[in-house]
Amino acid sequence: MGAARVGVVTFPGTLDDQDAARAVRHAGGEAVPLWHADRDLKGVDAVFLPGGFSYGDYLRCGAISRFAPLMEELIPAAHAGLPVLGTCNGFQILCEAHLLPGALTRNENLHYVCRDQRVLVESNATAWTGDYTPGQEILLPVKHGEGRYVADAATVTALESGDQIVFRYLGGNPNGSVNDIAGISNEAGNVVGLMPHPEHAVEDLTGAPSVDGRGFFTSILKRFVSL
Amino acid sequence: MARVIVDVMLKPEILDPQGQAIARALPRLGFSGVTEVRQGKRFEVEIDGPADEAAIADVRKMAETLLANTVIEDYSVRVEG
Repeated sequence: MGAARVGVVTFPGTLDDQDAARAVRHAGGEAVPLWHADRDLKGVDAVFLPGGFSYGDYLRCGAISRFAPLMEELIPAAHAGLPVLGTCNGFQILCEAHLLPGALTRNENLHYVCRDQRVLVESNATAWTGDYTPGQEILLPVKHGEGRYVADAATVTALESGDQIVFRYLGGNPNGSVNDIAGISNEAGNVVGLMPHPEHAVEDLTGAPSVDGRGFFTSILKRFVSL
Repeated sequence: MARVIVDVMLKPEILDPQGQAIARALPRLGFSGVTEVRQGKRFEVEIDGPADEAAIADVRKMAETLLANTVIEDYSVRVEG
């Protein structure tokens, strides 16, 4: 079979779509550009929602993107099992779309945080983390002003007991996120969202702090090769 | 023509660091006795018909769907005037 096709969504104000597409190609996949205004997933095997400031973050981060025509296709497809990864603004969109529980709110200290962040991989039982080992420590860039994950106590307990907390911050929580949560998955494990940026950590050439982000892309591609 | 007001506030249990920053700034400006500030959003929705029950119900639906994220925010709807 040919390379797995990973759709990379561009909204007005998306910034990281080119890096995301490059990371997909770097891992040997085919990156398929998807446009927010099209009701068409182009038959892709998986979808990457990159970071940025979609629709200018007006109203709330991800609040308007969630109703884009493309999302009307993506939401039912994700419920049906399509692997979807959202990083940063992509994570915010997934929460606004209720594909992931909880919400992302303004950083506790009100500072925009841009730094290399140690991250603990808690679960490899998702479509996007199979190539990692639980307990593995990775280093990824974070850059956000609204990354403080919040959810009600019952939701957090369910995430903890259901192995749905996929990533936790190590060595200092950049935003005040509950239980140091950096990323979560849905119950089925096909939808994953995180604030750090794996797509910025795949090549030494770009001055990335590590190439630890590669595992996201190799994980998802392997999944389709093995089918 | 009628104007319907939607107020959106973070739920009481959700930390509001912007409100806290405002509260910390007030004493420096000489305002004393402020124990807490919470920051929210106000939407003024102009509708072309009367603000009858159906119109209000519509605005409530807008608030529920888009204006507020009910995971973290509460909203209230009222007619101005």
